[in-house]
Amino acid sequence: MFNALRKGFGLTFKTMFRPAVTYEYPEKAKPVAPRYHGRHVLNRHEDGLEKCVGCELCAWACPADAIYVEGSDNTPEERFSPGERYGKIYQINYLRCIFCGLCIEACPTRALTMSNDYHLTFDNRQDYIYEKDRLLAPLPEGAKPPPHTDAEVAARGIAYYEGKSSQTPLASRSDALDHGDVSTGSHPDETHDPALAGTEPKG
Amino acid sequence: MGLESRLPSGLLLTSVEKFVNWSRAGSTWPVTFGLACCAIEMMTTGAANHDLARFGMEVFRGSPRQSDLMIVAGRVSQKMAPVVRNLYDQMADPKWVIAMGVCASSGGMFNNYAIVQGVDHLVPVDMYVPGCPPRPEMLMDGILALHDKIKQEQLVERPRKGESMEDFRRRTGWAGPEVAEVAAERGAAPVPDGRSALPMARR
Repeated sequence: MFNALRKGFGLTFKTMFRPAVTYEYPEKAKPVAPRYHGRHVLNRHEDGLEKCVGCELCAWACPADAIYVEGSDNTPEERFSPGERYGKIYQINYLRCIFCGLCIEACPTRALTMSNDYHLTFDNRQDYIYEKDRLLAPLPEGAKPPPHTDAEVAARGIAYYEGKSSQTPLASRSDALDHGDVSTGSHPDETHDPALAGTEPKG
Repeated sequence: MGLESRLPSGLLLTSVEKFVNWSRAGSTWPVTFGLACCAIEMMTTGAANHDLARFGMEVFRGSPRQSDLMIVAGRVSQKMAPVVRNLYDQMADPKWVIAMGVCASSGGMFNNYAIVQGVDHLVPVDMYVPGCPPRPEMLMDGILALHDKIKQEQLVERPRKGESMEDFRRRTGWAGPEVAEVAAERGAAPVPDGRSALPMARR
């Protein structure tokens, strides 16, 4: 009998000197896969403008109806995104979101992407509705928080959407008609062409 | 909550309270209870790699009468709802509930007639863990948050260190002396400080 005890406890004792196989989560978090679907991020352009143009395609794609978007028009004085509109209200309800990533696939401007963050524990439902204050990416170094004015944006001369947009992003069509010289996009001749005005950016 | 609600207030408020909370947080036994796919992830959390035994939680009890924690893992169908409630009622005080996964938390993507839109319609939920399903780390995150919450619990409700009266009222729903006066007018026993108009511990 003592031999059996010695053998049994001997194994336990030996295990104490082996490396632990357990993931020691709270102390040492195991890195997730690089493309892990975690909490969303609303991205920004390099100058601080928001990439989201308020098209609501993410909300349409969402199988769980977790996303609510309310777009609003950019004005020459107050510009939040390079597009015609921007996402004025952007909410994701993480008690509905199933992290499937269909919203990411739907997003035409790559405004919405997912991070690797999975720490989403609260004891009430209200905190789970993430709004723009918690979703937006931090401002790039030295960038000014939106809104910007059109003059500022034009002065920077950045080719938004990798320059693939045939319509100048600097002003909506009606604005472009009013202030013709504000639009200094890459294809000024096509700016007022109604056939091209609605062309989606292919970014 | 349990025995302590029969103890006179002003007694056993610091050291014993800390000890009781520490022991409760260190042996929160969950009930063996899975409703859907989240239960697989819950089993993973309990198994060797993630090892809930590190937090004194490896014993998934077979009977609700022996458990302290109900992890509602999975969507609760309307047909299952009375069963869930029955299990909760059979658990002995003090008891806690974690809603694991978006379906248990809010109905998730199943916004239809068959699924209860959040288990908090049936039982009081102490911690929500979103995800579809949540990875073991997310569940452990919720469990650790619940442990912190258990360690904060008070035998008799009173403002915490550094907590303003305003915050205390918001947290506990304590109405203040004016309500005690109304109670006194109605013929209830006179209350010196308005405190005894409250139940000793709400749960």
